[in-house]
Amino acid sequence: MAKAVKIVLAGEGGQGVQSVAEIIAEAANEEGREALYIPNFGVEQRGGVSVAYLQIGDQAIGSPKFLTADIVIALSDRAVYRTRKYVGPETVFVYDAGIEGVEDAIPKNARKVLAIPALQVANEELNPRVFNVIIMGAVVKATRVVSEERAKDAIEKKLGYKFEKNPELRDLNFKAIDRGAELVAGLV
Amino acid sequence: MPEKPIKGEKRYFMTGNEVVAYAALAAGADIMYGYPITPQNEIMHYWTRMAPKYGKNFLQTEDELSAGFTTVGGVLAGRKSFTATAGPGNTLMQEPVSMAEAMRLPIVVVVQQRGGPSTATVIYSQQEVTMTTIGGNGEGFRIVYSTSSHQELFDYTIKAFNTAWKYRFPTFILGDGYQAKMRESLTMYDPEERGISLVPAEPYVGKPGTPGTDRPPEQYRNTYNVEEEIYEVVQNLARDFNAIASEVAEYESLAADRSEVVVVAHGVVSRAVKEAVNELREAGISVGYFRPVTLRPLAEKELREAADKARVLLLVESAHGQMARLIKEAAYGCKAEMIPFFKPGMGITAEEVAARVKSILG
Amino acid sequence: MSVQLAMPKSWRIDTKPHKFCPGCGHGLVLKALGQAIDELGIQDRAVYGCDIGCSLLSWDFFNVDSIQTHHGRTTPVITGLKRANPDLVGIAYMGDGGGYAIGSQHLVNAAARNENITVILVNNTQYGMTGGQMAPTTMPGQKTETSPYGRDPQKTGYPTQGPEMVAAITREGAYVARGTVANPKQLKGFIKKALENQIAGNGFSFVEVLSTCPTNWRTNAEETWKFVEKEMTKYFKVGEIKVPEPRHEEGK
Repeated sequence: MAKAVKIVLAGEGGQGVQSVAEIIAEAANEEGREALYIPNFGVEQRGGVSVAYLQIGDQAIGSPKFLTADIVIALSDRAVYRTRKYVGPETVFVYDAGIEGVEDAIPKNARKVLAIPALQVANEELNPRVFNVIIMGAVVKATRVVSEERAKDAIEKKLGYKFEKNPELRDLNFKAIDRGAELVAGLV
Repeated sequence: MPEKPIKGEKRYFMTGNEVVAYAALAAGADIMYGYPITPQNEIMHYWTRMAPKYGKNFLQTEDELSAGFTTVGGVLAGRKSFTATAGPGNTLMQEPVSMAEAMRLPIVVVVQQRGGPSTATVIYSQQEVTMTTIGGNGEGFRIVYSTSSHQELFDYTIKAFNTAWKYRFPTFILGDGYQAKMRESLTMYDPEERGISLVPAEPYVGKPGTPGTDRPPEQYRNTYNVEEEIYEVVQNLARDFNAIASEVAEYESLAADRSEVVVVAHGVVSRAVKEAVNELREAGISVGYFRPVTLRPLAEKELREAADKARVLLLVESAHGQMARLIKEAAYGCKAEMIPFFKPGMGITAEEVAARVKSILG
Repeated sequence: MSVQLAMPKSWRIDTKPHKFCPGCGHGLVLKALGQAIDELGIQDRAVYGCDIGCSLLSWDFFNVDSIQTHHGRTTPVITGLKRANPDLVGIAYMGDGGGYAIGSQHLVNAAARNENITVILVNNTQYGMTGGQMAPTTMPGQKTETSPYGRDPQKTGYPTQGPEMVAAITREGAYVARGTVANPKQLKGFIKKALENQIAGNGFSFVEVLSTCPTNWRTNAEETWKFVEKEMTKYFKVGEIKVPEPRHEEGK
């Protein structure tokens, strides 16, 4: 029996990690898969690191809490420190290549550590607004919890009303999914 | 007549608090009274958005004492009334619940447990078991359903209103911060379409006719003058509660009557336990589980059976022995050794449970 | 002054004589309330809630549906009842300890929300049922079991001005008055107006009643009436109290 894929996604408030986690969870649910998503909560949610816990599988999910993730994505220096405890020998640890001063904090015990230039791609190639969508593309590619097409459908569902008015926005978002996927393709 | 909130059966993906609000609507609840406290707030948020569309009401009170006592008032008026709370709010709620207990008032209370003691965390725990099952100055004549998933939050919230109005004891849904805030899938339905009939509410006061002329007045009290009076009142409550206990008690188990180790857990922790037990059994290990769905009353007969046949009962909970106290009392004199695995205020994973079982078996 | 024996129609005869001490003011307040219920013809839809304290002795006083609640909690029980079924006429009856101390948050917030209920609060300047302790309404210098040398305002403050407080926080439509058992006719008028206010759906109505407790005051009949008419009125002004002007301009 295949176990659920366990994902930790962490960043600063405003980086959009919760919406990424929620869209992925909903996309998996739409596909008829089982998904369990816990948003970061606690007193520190105001001004603290935002962490999303996500499990996706084909059977009912067991405990909502888990000790070790299959993939950890950290998008800020504080997020690196906060999430390293979820890393084990089977974990892929992904962080943004633009984060500085965290060399010593990058977990040594991970199966694989990936520094991806998502922030750079967002700022230089696409648009800073789709930074979290790039991350979403990377997550779905790395975990295969849903297909990239499904991920695009989910974005369409969420933002379709905006795309109606501005079709370029659709292209931008879809491109962000593709670029995010490319950043991890063949690496995990 | 407004349309029903849920028609047909449909799969949803949402938070547990949202589920509770939908379930209360589906159960025909008329009015919610509440006071903000994390992690139950969104029950009020969703209820206040949906309620007016279906002719339902809401009152935000000044505190949980008031939330509980206004819920009591709503029930006395003959309306399906409920409230939701957590932590320190549950502490205050014990006073109105004791009145409901004494006077057989079918209030429904949803508790989303948070860390304790004191303000502690707004996140999660199973530390409100003692208070919810036997809190207040009384004997714990209440019915407590401990749910473990969004599907159960829906099913048992509907059931809670029926149980409350059928048996006239205060009835709790005991959830927790995880269940409140996480999103997962469930199937919602209109209970009547599934053949679940909704027990009607009846007024305690304000019945037709003029009291003293057409009928005697309806007069309710909870104060008594002499020892003999309260003795009789409590004896009657105990008799009625015991009489329905086996009918109300619910549990789930796997190989609890034929395993060396039986893991006992309730609520969301039972998910980790089931996962662990299933894996261990696949590996040929003699382990089962027993999960009380009702913490009050407990399925005592079945629990004692397990506790007599197993060598060890492993008691797992996110509290420092609150469920364990209930289990030990119910299984008093049984053969199994009781081994605790307590993580107060912390979530528990399948891996941790499996490791503990393995260490017991050596 | 003598107690009139004619019973209101809404009184429950088989529970009379009532259980209050000789000389207690509760009987007079409940008579005024009974007369008001009779005159308004609301016996079939009034719901009477009584608090803990001596007021609980009235749980079977009327031929009216009744609920005896917890100390201080009658206001939220009647609030919940009225919110759930607005056709009922909700009456919350309590003492000064229940209303101004342990249940003050309920009184304040019910008034602030302009709950459409009627609260009748009996002020006899101390806790009667528990044996005469100091209450929020105890007057400076007054001796009670917990102020045996007399209430010292420097240490424990001045008597709560209940109706004045309620009037200050409620809004147009509310009705607020302070009556006295020394003037039963006026008192009945205040209670009737309070109930009419609720029936009209105008909002919160509140009547404090200056009342007697010869048992704990340790007074004879003459001293009792002197206390309620001469002493209490030094601090508690009898009459209707104006609620604030319409506030619809606020926030503009």
